[in-house]
Amino acid sequence: MAISSNETAPSAGSPGPASFLLHLVIALAIMIAGIVFAVLCAVAVFAALNTVLPDIKLIQAVLVMMLGVAACFGYFWGSNRLLDIIYPPRGSRVAENINAANGIRPWLFLGPAIVILGVYLVYPVVNSIVLSFHGPSGESWVGGANYAWLAQDAAFRESMRNNILWLIVVPAAATFFGLIAAALTDRIGWGNVAKSLIFMPMAISFVGASVIWKFIYDYRAQGSEQIGILNAIVTFFGAEPQAWITIPFWNNFFLMVILIWIQTGFAMVILSAALRGIPEETIEAAIIDGASPFQIFYKIKVPQIWGTIAVVWTTITILVLKVFDIVLAMTNGQWGSQVLANYMFDWMFRGLDFGRASTIALVIMAMVTPIMVWNIREARKDMK
Amino acid sequence: MSTPVGSRPALTWVVNLSVILLVALWTLPTFGILVSSLRDKDQLAISGWWTALTPAERNIVARSAPPEEAQPVGDNYALTGNVFEGGSGKAAAFGISSRDPSAFPVGESAELRGGGMLTVEPNGDYEIVYKERPEPGRGQRIFVSSVEPPKFTTENYENVLFSEGLGKSFINTMTVTIPATVIPILIAAYAAYALAWMEFPGRALLLAAIVGLLVVPLQMSLIPLLRLYNTIGIGKSFIGIWLAHTGFGLPLAIYLLRNYMAGLPREIIESARVDGASDFDIFRKIILPLSFPALASFAIFQFLWVWNDLLVATVFLGNNEEQLVLTGRLRELLGSYGGNWEILTASAFVAIVVPILVFFAMQRYLVRGLLAGSVKGG
Repeated sequence: MAISSNETAPSAGSPGPASFLLHLVIALAIMIAGIVFAVLCAVAVFAALNTVLPDIKLIQAVLVMMLGVAACFGYFWGSNRLLDIIYPPRGSRVAENINAANGIRPWLFLGPAIVILGVYLVYPVVNSIVLSFHGPSGESWVGGANYAWLAQDAAFRESMRNNILWLIVVPAAATFFGLIAAALTDRIGWGNVAKSLIFMPMAISFVGASVIWKFIYDYRAQGSEQIGILNAIVTFFGAEPQAWITIPFWNNFFLMVILIWIQTGFAMVILSAALRGIPEETIEAAIIDGASPFQIFYKIKVPQIWGTIAVVWTTITILVLKVFDIVLAMTNGQWGSQVLANYMFDWMFRGLDFGRASTIALVIMAMVTPIMVWNIREARKDMK
Repeated sequence: MSTPVGSRPALTWVVNLSVILLVALWTLPTFGILVSSLRDKDQLAISGWWTALTPAERNIVARSAPPEEAQPVGDNYALTGNVFEGGSGKAAAFGISSRDPSAFPVGESAELRGGGMLTVEPNGDYEIVYKERPEPGRGQRIFVSSVEPPKFTTENYENVLFSEGLGKSFINTMTVTIPATVIPILIAAYAAYALAWMEFPGRALLLAAIVGLLVVPLQMSLIPLLRLYNTIGIGKSFIGIWLAHTGFGLPLAIYLLRNYMAGLPREIIESARVDGASDFDIFRKIILPLSFPALASFAIFQFLWVWNDLLVATVFLGNNEEQLVLTGRLRELLGSYGGNWEILTASAFVAIVVPILVFFAMQRYLVRGLLAGSVKGG
């Protein structure tokens, strides 16, 4: 919203590409100076304090944190100061100096972020593509061999099938339950408490949730007392207890339940906000026309929040593509429950084949890309 | 908002009951492990947590004192003691062979093969009466099915925190989480300010790039970064994981903060500019304090994400005692103690209690952040 309309352009006319490049170069130089300054300060202080403080990890962590914060401030403060020294906003060339400084300063503010994003997110994408054409240790060029292997690999096909199942079931179920929960809790007095409790699993790690649900699915041989609640219920009704997470194909759904349990709260919170944002006139008109509560919900409210439902759906979709911890902790891909992210991890750490693992990672990336493009387009629409 | 529900009591009931059911489904799993983690481990192993408040049935095997200790009582010799060995319980039945461990009700007498009559009382006292002085040898095995009162204990927690190394992992997780939450906030705040309030070429492009980076899967970054770390010698260290979490959290941080800062009133910033304040001062003295809600939103996001992360910690930290974080430890325990639920439930609860507390304390900011930045998938 603020993109096209804030700040007047410098009165001297918009800077040409030459001065833009010059600004970048100067910014880079100042940035490097600033980083060196910040790091030097941090190292000096760290060395001094480290000899005094006891060797306890938590104390060291707090120390490092404070130094990190100090270094960050040091960088931003130092680089700004340097800029003011090079282009002082006073004297005979004040207008030119201010213009030059205004051209450079944004890059000083953005510098660390751009460097970190570049190293941690952009470079890996490029490097993964390169690695996918290389052998296990990333040295020898193998051309398309990894892709050819992937195309005929049975475990990969199983992972793809399971991932597609996850992609269909989890976003649909979480959004559905979230919508129901949002609609119901908005109508009762203790709705906020209920919301809090349904939202709570969001704070639980996937591994923690896996332990919680493994306890629910716990299996004892028939005849002995079941301590997993699912088997206790099943045997109460006279059926045989099952080792749920080892039943091929269906175990996928038992694992999905965990993610649905975690994500429903997220869907509920967002959809509840959207439901409250619906203009009341439309609902009042429907009530006057004699619509039942169900008709109002499905025919008046839901159609008005399609946009939000789409956002919730895609957000959970992205999460599902990356799901790894649950499968690793519950089955480690056994009994036909493998998924892409865990399969990639398998090739990375047990197969020790970086080429193949990178290729699998690229498949995940390719599946995310349509959502990425859509997100960028939506965001650009919002900003205009 | 007036809803038609208010006028229909039946529907109100249905709504209330449905919500109760939903809440139960969503809280009982967690409640189950909390209850279980506090139960006595022998009781936990044989009965469901929902029976925690009812007396537990348990089969124990005791051995009487050796026959030579029998004391003469009148014409007979008697051997006495208690099957619970100092513990308490309520015996329901007893037996003398493993094939039928509850053959006799308490109070009755059973004839032993080597001669002698065994009686077990409800309080666990047993008496073996021999007609003649018995041969020396091993004591008689006595099978007792007893009913124990529900027992709760904090022993499981003491056990996992101090012997299973969970305490150490807890500290490791703190060590990873605190810097990995604070560092990205600072870096992102400056970048967000530049993107929201400074004019420069390429700004729209950068913003689009950040929205795009929001969804890049972590899996892409693991191998290249691992190789990079090994090349430059960071290896598996805390500094490596702090920077990794900073990198992975930065797109969301910049995105959230920029959107928030761009929505701040333009008049404040312009009047400060007119007064001669530099961008650096405006940021530090005006924007940063005003952006507190957005900073808090991101901080809680990042905190939960880093605390609960398993993947990044597994890849960038070692698997050893010194570096194992809570999630990694929990996964190891799950592998090695698949059926020891007293260890697993207590460990799981230790691992999830801090995020849950943070969640309840700062829920408002979490919701706000979610509403502002629901593009990233966690």
